[in-house]
Amino acid sequence: MNERTDAIFSALADPTRRAIFERLSRAGEQNVRVLTEQAGISQPAVSKHLGVLKAAGLVADRRDGRQTHYRARPRALAPLVDWTSEMAGFWESRFDDLEDLLKRMDQ
Amino acid sequence: MNEKPQTLSVVVERDFAHPPEKVWRALTQPHLIEEWLMKNDFRPQVGHRFNLRGEWGGVLACEVRQIEPHESLTYSWNFAHEDPAYDLASTVTFTLTRTATGTHLRMEQTGFRPDQKQAYGGAKVGWRQFLARLDELLAKVE
Repeated sequence: MNERTDAIFSALADPTRRAIFERLSRAGEQNVRVLTEQAGISQPAVSKHLGVLKAAGLVADRRDGRQTHYRARPRALAPLVDWTSEMAGFWESRFDDLEDLLKRMDQ
Repeated sequence: MNEKPQTLSVVVERDFAHPPEKVWRALTQPHLIEEWLMKNDFRPQVGHRFNLRGEWGGVLACEVRQIEPHESLTYSWNFAHEDPAYDLASTVTFTLTRTATGTHLRMEQTGFRPDQKQAYGGAKVGWRQFLARLDELLAKVE
C-alpha cells in the first residue's frame, strides 16, 4: 500500500471532488472560473478541492496568464483498475475450474 | 461525507452449458466447492459461519447471508490479519439465471469503500499474495 493510492482514495471519497474529476474527464481541460460556475460552491472551495486532486495526481494544472487550467489524468486511476483486474482474473480462473467440474459431474 | 460511501466491486459473468440445479450443487456442496474454489466447511444455511482454506495457507472467514435455491447465494468473504492494514472485508454474491442453453452465472464481489484506505490496502496486498501462491500452485500441478 503506498501513499499515492491512499491519496487517490481520500481524494475520490469526497463527492464534490469526484464530480469535478468526472467533469474534467468528460469535458477536457477547463479553467477554475468555469469549474466554479458549474460546481455551485465558492472559487476558493473549488481551488482547495483541485489542490487535493492535484496532490493525488488525479489532475494536472497549467498557468495561462491569470487563469489556471486543469485537466484530468485518468491514468492516475491505475491502482483501482489494477485491483479490479486482479479480482476479475481470480474469478475468471475459478470459473474455468468450475466449468471443468461441471463437465466431470456429467460422467 | 454526506452521501452513501461508494464501494468498489468486481463482476465476472459466464454462461455454462449446464442447468441451474447442477451449477447450484457445485456452488453449495462442500466437496464440489473444493474442486473449483477452496477447501471449506460450507453449509447452505443462512447465518452459517465457515472457512475457505487456500492451498497457500490463508483462511477466509465467511458467513452465509442469503440463499435462494438455484437462483442466488451470498456470503461474506473476509480475510482477517493481525495487522489492520491487511484486513479484508467483502461480500460475494452468485446469481444464476436459466438460459436456453444452460445457466448464466454472475459473481459480484463488493466491499472496499474508498474511504477505508486500510481495507483496500489489505485487499490489494492479500490478493497479490493469494494470486502469487495460486500461480505457484498451478505451475506445480502442470
